[in-house]
Amino acid sequence: MTAAENTTVRAAPMVRADGIVKNYGKLNVLDGLDLEVDAGEVVCLIGPSGSGKSTFLRCINHLEGIDGGRMWVDGKAMGYDIKGTRLHEQKESRICRSRTGIGMVFQHFNLFPHMTVLENLVEAPRLVLGEKKSVVVQRALELLEKVGLAEKAGAFPRQLSGGQQQRVAIARALCMQPKLMLFDEPTSALDPELVGDVLKVMKDLALSGMTMVVVTHEMNFARDVADRVVFMADGRIVEQGPARYVITNPQHERTKAFLSSVR
Amino acid sequence: MTDLTKTPEKTTFTSPGRTRDHYTVVKAKHPGRWVSAAIIAVFAVLMARSVATNPRFGWETVGLYLREVSIVQGIAVTLELTAVCMAIGIVLGVVVAVLRLSPNPVVRTAAFAYVNFFRGTPVLVQLLFWYNLAALYPTVSFGIPGVALDANAIITPMFAAILGLGLNQGAYMSEIVRAGILSVDHGQVEAAGALGINKLQTMRRIVLPQAMRVIIPPTGNETIGMLKTTALVSVISVPELLYSSQIIYARNFQTIPLLMVASIWYIVVTSILSIGQYYLERRFAKGGQRNLPLTPLQKLTLFFNTHDRLARKGGKL
Repeated sequence: MTAAENTTVRAAPMVRADGIVKNYGKLNVLDGLDLEVDAGEVVCLIGPSGSGKSTFLRCINHLEGIDGGRMWVDGKAMGYDIKGTRLHEQKESRICRSRTGIGMVFQHFNLFPHMTVLENLVEAPRLVLGEKKSVVVQRALELLEKVGLAEKAGAFPRQLSGGQQQRVAIARALCMQPKLMLFDEPTSALDPELVGDVLKVMKDLALSGMTMVVVTHEMNFARDVADRVVFMADGRIVEQGPARYVITNPQHERTKAFLSSVR
Repeated sequence: MTDLTKTPEKTTFTSPGRTRDHYTVVKAKHPGRWVSAAIIAVFAVLMARSVATNPRFGWETVGLYLREVSIVQGIAVTLELTAVCMAIGIVLGVVVAVLRLSPNPVVRTAAFAYVNFFRGTPVLVQLLFWYNLAALYPTVSFGIPGVALDANAIITPMFAAILGLGLNQGAYMSEIVRAGILSVDHGQVEAAGALGINKLQTMRRIVLPQAMRVIIPPTGNETIGMLKTTALVSVISVPELLYSSQIIYARNFQTIPLLMVASIWYIVVTSILSIGQYYLERRFAKGGQRNLPLTPLQKLTLFFNTHDRLARKGGKL
């Protein structure tokens, strides 16, 4: 990311969530949540299960609709347009276009099992961005090299270990050349000895300047890599700040209780 | 070097110097299997003898008509009907399945009504209905003023057969396709959505190819079922395999031999279709299993290419 780009996005943050409300029936999952993520920043969302971390992450790219508030990604309204006092949900094509700039990595990888690793990476850039095959294949192979799986290009996802699948999933998201990466508990479904490889890829990505929002239970990762740690409970932000404060020296009772339970 | 007669001082990996008695393994006897096999063999022989000796089967007549021109033409019509009606059924089935999963309740209900109507009435009734459509709508205008076509001229027996079987098959196929679509993990749709792939492309490129693994086996069954169901259109005098046989035995009264001719051809064609189904299922299992089992043909080649005679017989001479 160049300095010029940095100054332009400083005016508008990469993600701006303004009073996000989300209900599942009578259950209030997100209760007026405000959060801004600057370009190049790495934010880790932590908190007990049911606190709304994953739901909030899925609201950023409109996988979940919202019931109140506003969301901007890269300076553009995400999912809804304001007309008077109403939020009008955008057309599918608009939402799809916005999503091309947002990569997402899921807990259960969600690779396409009927395609090889390379086909998984090439599919969306070809289909959505209409890029030339040779260009995308070249980029995909470079990305596979970067996540250490160059020799698995021709394998099917089911022939890979969980850790390898998740690294392919990260490469697949990066192949769209997004400006923002969302990670939804990327290591929670992995065997303990496979977590390290995935975290290393994510750390390299963070060091390369990618804007990242990560829902995680890996406190060590949050402490080492995150610029900011956000602790959530009951659909609200309870405490946030640099990792060295929030994780090492939490102020709020709920944060203390949560951190002592995961240690 | 260790002296085996002495007690070892350290732990060893093999127990030294211990003699073992040698036993021969004798497998359990299964006298019941021999008895059941013998009973079945006796029945098989009795049946074969009856089939061979009962002159009313008329095997010479069967042999005479097996390759009769009108019979072979009947097979062609049967195959054509099967192919066309299955094609209509599959296309309709995919469309109706997608409509049934639509968020629009009117669309969903209409799709359900279609499925319910065509699954809820016998195909035979539907065929007779289409055949007699002219009695309901003597002229067909398609709602365009100035167009008045004679329904009797449009609804030929063949057209009525295609309409009846195709629409009926569409209803059954839609249930199969719907089950296939629902079998695909929702995470796949989310992953595609997160990559910016729109709903239509997600269905075509991500969901349907994966649904195929669930859709293909019952579709093979449906195709074989369709081949046999085409015999029903003999009632609206479409010259398919059964009707062609009926025309001949109406003339020469060799009813049983000609029904045998039709049955033999039905078995031959369905057997060929079953082989096709086997290979189709293998093709769409791609990515589902780590390694596919060998086909019977591959096993056979492996058997004949084995140079080691011992390996072939499981190590026994």
